[in-house]
Amino acid sequence: MLSKRIIPCLDVRDGKTTKGIKFKENVDIGDPVEMARFYYEDGADEIVFYDITASSDRRDIMIDVVRRVAEEIFIPFSVGGGIRDLDDMRAVLLAGAEKVSVNSAAVLDPSVIAEGARAFGSQCIVLGMDVKKVEVSSRIPSGYEVVIDGGRTFTGMDALEWARKGEELGAGEICLNSIDADGTQEGYEMTITPLISGSVGIPVIASGGAGSIDHIYDVLTAGRADAALVASIVHYETYHIREIKEELSRRGVKVRMKW
Amino acid sequence: MIAIIDYRAGNLKSVERALKKQGFPCCVTKEKRELLGAERIIFPGVGAAGTAMKDLAETGVDEALRQAFRSGTPILGICLGAQVILDWSDENSTPCLGLIPGKVVRFPDSLSSLTDGALKIPHMGWNGLTLRRNHPVMEGITTDDEFFFVHSYFPLPAERERVIAVTDYGITFPSVIGLRNLIAMQFHPEKSGRAGLRILKNFCTWDGRHA
Repeated sequence: MLSKRIIPCLDVRDGKTTKGIKFKENVDIGDPVEMARFYYEDGADEIVFYDITASSDRRDIMIDVVRRVAEEIFIPFSVGGGIRDLDDMRAVLLAGAEKVSVNSAAVLDPSVIAEGARAFGSQCIVLGMDVKKVEVSSRIPSGYEVVIDGGRTFTGMDALEWARKGEELGAGEICLNSIDADGTQEGYEMTITPLISGSVGIPVIASGGAGSIDHIYDVLTAGRADAALVASIVHYETYHIREIKEELSRRGVKVRMKW
Repeated sequence: MIAIIDYRAGNLKSVERALKKQGFPCCVTKEKRELLGAERIIFPGVGAAGTAMKDLAETGVDEALRQAFRSGTPILGICLGAQVILDWSDENSTPCLGLIPGKVVRFPDSLSSLTDGALKIPHMGWNGLTLRRNHPVMEGITTDDEFFFVHSYFPLPAERERVIAVTDYGITFPSVIGLRNLIAMQFHPEKSGRAGLRILKNFCTWDGRHA
């Protein structure tokens, strides 16, 4: 049977990860290539790089990171952040990433999803969506609204509707990030995650809020997520990926235990 | 020299990198002459069968592959490269290379509805396999090894003896198939960690026999 995936997420700015790993000295400075290698050895099923470099003329630094990561790790990895058009996608995929994640650009122009899927295949295109809990209304029937700019801009789009639209446009996967839960370490968003995962036919990666193995267990079972994104919980020494997977496996969640 | 077939549907770089990491010289090519002179051939691929067959025909790679297969060159098909080697693919209703008798079919839609959406299509992620018979390229692989899959269609050889390994995803489907000097896998060994690298290494030292 298919395994549930544990996916560490690295935020990269100007070629450096913004959070180091504490439990290994040589990766403490936050070299994304070293960290990727560390997580690869620790049993990561995939890795997500999120480029938060502010200035777009420094994108070549990220491309170089992608190229070096691809030489070191032999599992799929994806790159998000600042992907606006087919040229950005092509550059990242050619450098060795398996997938690209499109977030704000897709909100501003949904056709970028369809074009990406047509050019590179649906399996390459991840729809990244940031959502925030709002009042249920006729405009936002799910009670979760799609936001961009790190949660500062409300788009007026319903999260569930956007997820369905993304699938229809040709996205091969959805990475669903809860702005409310992000960074709290108080657990994943457990309302919209199962709702979206149960309503689309493509895999959903849950993101934001992992602070304990219980949280990861919950989102992969009751939360119906196909994969769990983890950041602080692994960056800040709380757990190794191996420990997370051992515990999940003990509780009956199918995860890849040999690597 | 190991030739990795270059056609537009492939994620060629990752296969090339996985080989070079292990010290096997290789080149990415679509030149018929280079393919026919290669010691072994890797036929990767992602994308749709229709476009892939069109590209293969336009570049003459289809004929080169048939010739290489006949002459005994070890050939490894990956993902789409494990599909278009059969006679026919239901994807885009495409006549294929016909190196192995059989066809390529889609996971049934009922997979998703019968499991209340738990089993999604495409089958994407890590899954294991059960070996139906030994093969030099699968040497050292056990049931707890997992491999990275991403596909909606799978190969269905006409003869059961062509199935080397199967995988469970609601249904049991052939995930590794082979005939003589040809072996093909639905998953991506180049993205499957150590177990995948092991398979690539095995292939790079396989003489194309004992299968």
